[in-house]
Amino acid sequence: MIRLDPYTTRRTVLSLIAGLPLLAMTRPAAAAVPSLSFDELYSKFGVLGLEFSEKVKSLAGQEITIKGFMAPPLKAEAAFFVLTEIPMSICPFCSSDADWPDNIVVVYLGEKQTFVQPSQTIEARGTLEFGSWTDPETGFVSLLRLRNAEYASV
Amino acid sequence: MRMLLSALAATTFLAGAAQAATVYPLDRATILAGSPFDFKVEFKSVVKPEDVKITVNGQDYKTVLGKEAEFVAEEKGKEDKILGSAVIARGLILPTEGAYKIEVTAGAESKSVTWDVYNTGETQKAKNIIFLLGDGLSVAHRTGARIMSKGMTEGKANGRLNMDDLDHMAFVGTSSTEAIATDSANTMSAYMTGHKTAVNALGVYGDRTPDTLDDPKVETIAEAIRRQTKKSIGIVSNAEVEDATPAAVVAHTRKRADKEQIVGMMFDVKPDVVLGGGSAYFLSKDIPGSKRKDDKDYIKLFQEAGYTLATDKSELQTATGTNTGKILGLFHTGNMDTALDREFLKKGTVEKFPNQPGLVDMTKAALGELSKNDEGFFLMVEGANIDKMSHPLDWDRALVETIEFDKAVGVAREFAASHPDTLVVVTGDHAHGVSIIGTVDDEKPGTEMREKVGTYAEAGFPNYTDENKDGYPDKIDVTRRLFLSANNGPDHYETFRPKLDGPFVPAIQNEKKEYIANEAYKDVPGAVFVQGNIPKSGDSGVHSVDDVVLQAAGPGAEDFKGYMEESDIYRVLADTLALGVKQTN
Repeated sequence: MIRLDPYTTRRTVLSLIAGLPLLAMTRPAAAAVPSLSFDELYSKFGVLGLEFSEKVKSLAGQEITIKGFMAPPLKAEAAFFVLTEIPMSICPFCSSDADWPDNIVVVYLGEKQTFVQPSQTIEARGTLEFGSWTDPETGFVSLLRLRNAEYASV
Repeated sequence: MRMLLSALAATTFLAGAAQAATVYPLDRATILAGSPFDFKVEFKSVVKPEDVKITVNGQDYKTVLGKEAEFVAEEKGKEDKILGSAVIARGLILPTEGAYKIEVTAGAESKSVTWDVYNTGETQKAKNIIFLLGDGLSVAHRTGARIMSKGMTEGKANGRLNMDDLDHMAFVGTSSTEAIATDSANTMSAYMTGHKTAVNALGVYGDRTPDTLDDPKVETIAEAIRRQTKKSIGIVSNAEVEDATPAAVVAHTRKRADKEQIVGMMFDVKPDVVLGGGSAYFLSKDIPGSKRKDDKDYIKLFQEAGYTLATDKSELQTATGTNTGKILGLFHTGNMDTALDREFLKKGTVEKFPNQPGLVDMTKAALGELSKNDEGFFLMVEGANIDKMSHPLDWDRALVETIEFDKAVGVAREFAASHPDTLVVVTGDHAHGVSIIGTVDDEKPGTEMREKVGTYAEAGFPNYTDENKDGYPDKIDVTRRLFLSANNGPDHYETFRPKLDGPFVPAIQNEKKEYIANEAYKDVPGAVFVQGNIPKSGDSGVHSVDDVVLQAAGPGAEDFKGYMEESDIYRVLADTLALGVKQTN
């Protein structure tokens, strides 16, 4: 069953219907896709919360690219992976999913791709989405996501 | 020979017939008279309620324990696996001191345990306790901090740490109830409740059911202080305030990672001063940066309960001038930065949180506020980053943290000097597998860093300087520096140099969830690969099982001596504040 969340865009639904393998081919050339960096995610870090940057707000709903590192999957069957600014190291006594760094991007893949080594820089490309979202399967809470994404080593 | 064999057979037969149930509190538990605790018996099999017999000192248990226990026919584990029957009675109170022998039988199962219920003196020995906990504080940290901060000439230290002059001491055993090894949850829980428990557990015995919030509870020191006195309570840490060590002052959970719930438990106890990091677990989930999974806004709840909020060093200063008597200071969404990053290198997350107070600022603010209460106070101060930098083998940061922690000890001793009715306790919760083996000298010939390690006479003395006399070395990357070496760890690269770009990340995880050496350090000139010697699932250096050294001064300190278990330390704290007796004045 395909689970649709409130953020699912019409485009995602269409591409799901159209068949995922074709997706990459239908995308515009890379040059046209705006890119975002980890430095540009938040305009303010504070004890009472973070503020999304204007750039994030303005790019929401659009396809973007972002470079980072793939953290090892939470569960083999999870539908997403976590993109981090630096290669991930987790301490043994803070290994609950809530102890990730502040600035992570959760990447929901359009289709399955093989795992890459954590020291390998990757570029992920997908539709940017912001705001709190709890993954229905794992309970993982994320603030920034790429939907219908793919990635490649760079 | 034949006789011996039959004797052996008989023993084996008996052991097979009488399965041992588990009784909580465990055998040899020490319990403060009058403190509430949960009683639980776990049978290995499903038994009939009418077959369960429990006596206390030979009498029916209900007479002595004052309560009927609830019978649970079948406790269930993961995937509904039946674990056996159980008997639970919550919130029992034993008001009279003495030995309590609990005998339990049901069918083929039996178990006998003895509890030592103790009381305290009628009157308190000290009005205040300042309990300073260096997380992971090992002998190497102390020696290293002393050499780095004070220097050494011809084998004699050029100065003393503040903790060096606390005049009573004990060697403290840190092991958990399930293993010789241990973590910061069960160790601090033993200090703060008087009961040893399992790794990851706080204020509870770790039972067999998967629910982390149903385990048999014991009373924490904060609860005992609230029950018996009108003293104030303070918690200071440079970790998240809901991290294991500060949490142990107030919390009850089998799993220290229940940080969201721990914030709620802290709110229930309402320590008068709470200073540290970890605001992410106070924010409702729709606020970016929150790590909660619900809509509760604990910042607002604390404010509504009369707390003044401080979110940086200046606001902390302002808050100490207000008269609310209650301060919630949260200075980071996660763990606060180390002194080396905060004050010198400006690395870590200092750019995002530029105005964090240090442990010294926080200790001063807490003492200023708590000492307004004429009834006295209990203050817990944790130097958390000693441990948080020792795990990733970042020994320079760990030593600078130890220096900062010692400065907080100095603040406590200064307070005690003008308030002699104060007990000051300084200890670690567990040790790390680290030792100082000599120096690294860049001036030695060649390019191989390993050949620049000086051992024995070749070690000489390091050349740290402290021109401004602030107790911190003017720079950490001097040419002849201390060489600390871990006796365990994951695969990693040893660079023989301080990590000036931010805390060391020795290993990272691969797709098989195994930790491999972080290639980022591979090309540092002279770096050598160090083969790990712990399972590949381990990301960093582990706690060692070694004893820790406790030092103390002030009224009550004379009871710290020889070898003690961490759970024994609580008894001294309770006796110092006379927590066995209601303080009516």
